[in-house]
Amino acid sequence: MKSLAELEKIRNEEKKKMNLRDIKHGYQIVVGMGTCGINAGARDVLMAIVDEVDKKDLRDVTVTISGCIGECEYEPVVKVIDTKGKEFIYGKVTAETGKKIVDEHVMNNKVVQDMLLEKYKG
Amino acid sequence: MAIRTEIIVCGGTGCMSSNSQDIKNEFEKQLKALKLDKEVNVIMSGCFGLCEKGPVVVVYPDTIFYAHMTVGDVEEICREHILKGRVVERKAYKEATEDDVMKIKKFREINFYAKQKRMALRNCGMINPFDIKEAIGHDGYKALGKVLTEMTPQEVIDVISKSGLRGRGGAGFPTGLKWSLAAKNDVKQKYMICNADEGDPGAFMDRAVLEGDPHSVIEAMAIAGYAIGASQGYVYVRAEYPLAVERLNFAIKQAYEYGLLGKHIFGTKFSFDLEARLGAGAFVCGEETALMASIEGERGMPRNKPPFPANCGLWQKPTIINNVETLANVPQIILNGAEWFASIGTEKSKGTKVFALGGKINNTGLLEIPMGTTLREVIYEIGGGIPKGKQFKAVQTGGPSGGCLTAKHLDTPIDYDNLTALGSMMGSGGMIVMDEDNCMVDVARFFLEFTVDESCGKCTPCREGTRRMLEILEKITKGKGEMEDLEELRDLANTIKDSALCGLGQTAPNPVLSTLNNFYDEYVAHVKDKVCPAGVCKALIKYYITDACKGCGLCKRNCPAQAISGELKQQHHIDTTKCIKCGACKASCKFGAIITK
Ligand SMILES: Cc1cc2nc3c(=O)[nH]c(=O)nc-3n(C[C@H](O)[C@H](O)[C@H](O)COP(=O)(O)O)c2cc1C
Ligand code: SF4
Ligand code: SF4
Ligand code: SF4
Ligand code: FES
Repeated sequence: MKSLAELEKIRNEEKKKMNLRDIKHGYQIVVGMGTCGINAGARDVLMAIVDEVDKKDLRDVTVTISGCIGECEYEPVVKVIDTKGKEFIYGKVTAETGKKIVDEHVMNNKVVQDMLLEKYKG
Repeated sequence: MAIRTEIIVCGGTGCMSSNSQDIKNEFEKQLKALKLDKEVNVIMSGCFGLCEKGPVVVVYPDTIFYAHMTVGDVEEICREHILKGRVVERKAYKEATEDDVMKIKKFREINFYAKQKRMALRNCGMINPFDIKEAIGHDGYKALGKVLTEMTPQEVIDVISKSGLRGRGGAGFPTGLKWSLAAKNDVKQKYMICNADEGDPGAFMDRAVLEGDPHSVIEAMAIAGYAIGASQGYVYVRAEYPLAVERLNFAIKQAYEYGLLGKHIFGTKFSFDLEARLGAGAFVCGEETALMASIEGERGMPRNKPPFPANCGLWQKPTIINNVETLANVPQIILNGAEWFASIGTEKSKGTKVFALGGKINNTGLLEIPMGTTLREVIYEIGGGIPKGKQFKAVQTGGPSGGCLTAKHLDTPIDYDNLTALGSMMGSGGMIVMDEDNCMVDVARFFLEFTVDESCGKCTPCREGTRRMLEILEKITKGKGEMEDLEELRDLANTIKDSALCGLGQTAPNPVLSTLNNFYDEYVAHVKDKVCPAGVCKALIKYYITDACKGCGLCKRNCPAQAISGELKQQHHIDTTKCIKCGACKASCKFGAIITK
């Protein structure tokens, strides 16, 4: 270790790597991972979202998975919980649109209206 | 692919002894089988503190705390929770809600942790102790960098002094003041020593820090070395702590590889070498002068002070000795400032203290509380109270050097001065809870037996005096005590306190004195009435079968002395002349029909 800058570099890299263990206050994203969800491609959606959150370095955002939430027709389903605790449920999400949810809703607080479950249901 | 989940398996001594290494290996195997190994990390950390619930596994980011894990549970957790997001209820940690329903509690919401403030233990259970980068990611070595590039040694000492940090190894001496004494000595060679001998029976705070976060100690040693002007440090750690020794040695090696030990740290003029020295395990070797003798290769025996180690210590050079936990606080004080640290705790005891909670308590384990927390909060809120609905009787702090406190002391805020004023002491942080089934005379005898075994024999008051006290206690527990014995016990205790050479002898009478003061009636019962009210002292109790007996015959079959008679389905009887008081019958009766009086 020759300088503080060198230490700081390792610190930042590692901080990011260990981010999952931190206490977070930001948006929560929950991907439904029931059997029907997995069959409809929920794992790809999950990994696309995880990668996007990682790429955009959204350290206060939590991405978790949950069991089936009973909306099998609209799988893969993604729930977004904003910082006020308000829930939004998106249906028929793909890897592409999953990223869009991250970019628009989670990063810019713009709900992706036409993908909300209630829109599909009419 | 980014990692989406981390599984942290406890690798503390407690969990390791119930196979947590196999559990970790099984996680890796199962994740691979499910093709999840590229998106899920498995890490082994130090102790989580809630050893009672071990082996412990925590899953991030959901922060689900799995308790009493076995290798057999791993497959289900991977398949259900990690793959499909369904928490495995039967293994997840639960607590009763207000209406008495058991509900899953996430890691950070568990009552045990809610009242704690983890500073010395901040990284234990959080990071992989074998990876210096994880320590650095949690601000490791940042304080050392700051000290070496921005502060003079005197400034470092000033910050530590102002913070109010006092030694956590027992005596509570102000750390900044101690450092300044060695810094004043203008000699080239000085030494810095970390005391990781931890001889108190039941204590394991220092072991947990070394196992879970060795880099915090290494960093603090280098900071202290800079402050006092020492370029060589030793960590004196007991050989009975193989995991701690292994992790410390590995961490030292890594610190050298990263240039955080050795020559010209951070490109400055400061160089610092650090080495682990193994202690042979005698309790007295934790005493600082005995410890230095032991490092020098001599027999570990205390010597008179003065001269104090700060002036004339290891190999006659100025030496500072600090406890592991004391040191673990240092980097954070440097980073967050003296005011921050001084804002935590009570007027004269700043910061936090780690305790090893044991005995008759639901949550045995390791906890860290701000100074000033009450004994009641520790025992009932963090510790979860006394098992089996039994009555609290006493709490012993300070190990063999401490004393027993009673129910009337429960609301005392814990700090150095309060505990000393009540006839106990902070000590290194052992805390043993006792219930109605503990005999206080027997407790005093237990601790004294320990001291007699551990006395180095150098001075007469300790060598002869504690032995004489033990004889008297044994006499009392055998029902042969007289009232004069109680007075002699007190006289001997006061003499030894005043005349023993080192802290071992000076504090050895504490358990006896405090039980004499707080439980005098119990002594009198043994001496005058020849009974042991708690039913512990073998010579003074008799076994009886009450009318709760269902006549199942189990006790009769279990009795090695054929002392029990009775027909099936009828009340049985014990022939007290044949009974050898082995307790087998009481342990086997399913109806609680056998009692001692
Ligand atoms: C019999 C005896 C045993 C001791 N054992 C320990 C020990 O295991 N660990 C420890 O840190 N201090 C122990 N001490 C206290 C040390 O002598 C010394 O005060 C302490 O290490 C100083 O560090 P501190 O100022 O950071 O507390 C013991 C003292 C006595 C008298
Ligand atoms: S007080 Fe006991 S342990 Fe200490 S020097 Fe005397 S004999 Fe040895
Ligand atoms: S085990 Fe208990 S219930 Fe059975 S015979 Fe003995 S005392 Fe009676
Ligand atoms: S205490 Fe032991 S010896 Fe005595 S009656 Fe019970 S089982 Fe028999
Ligand atoms: S050793 Fe695992 S929780 Fe303490």
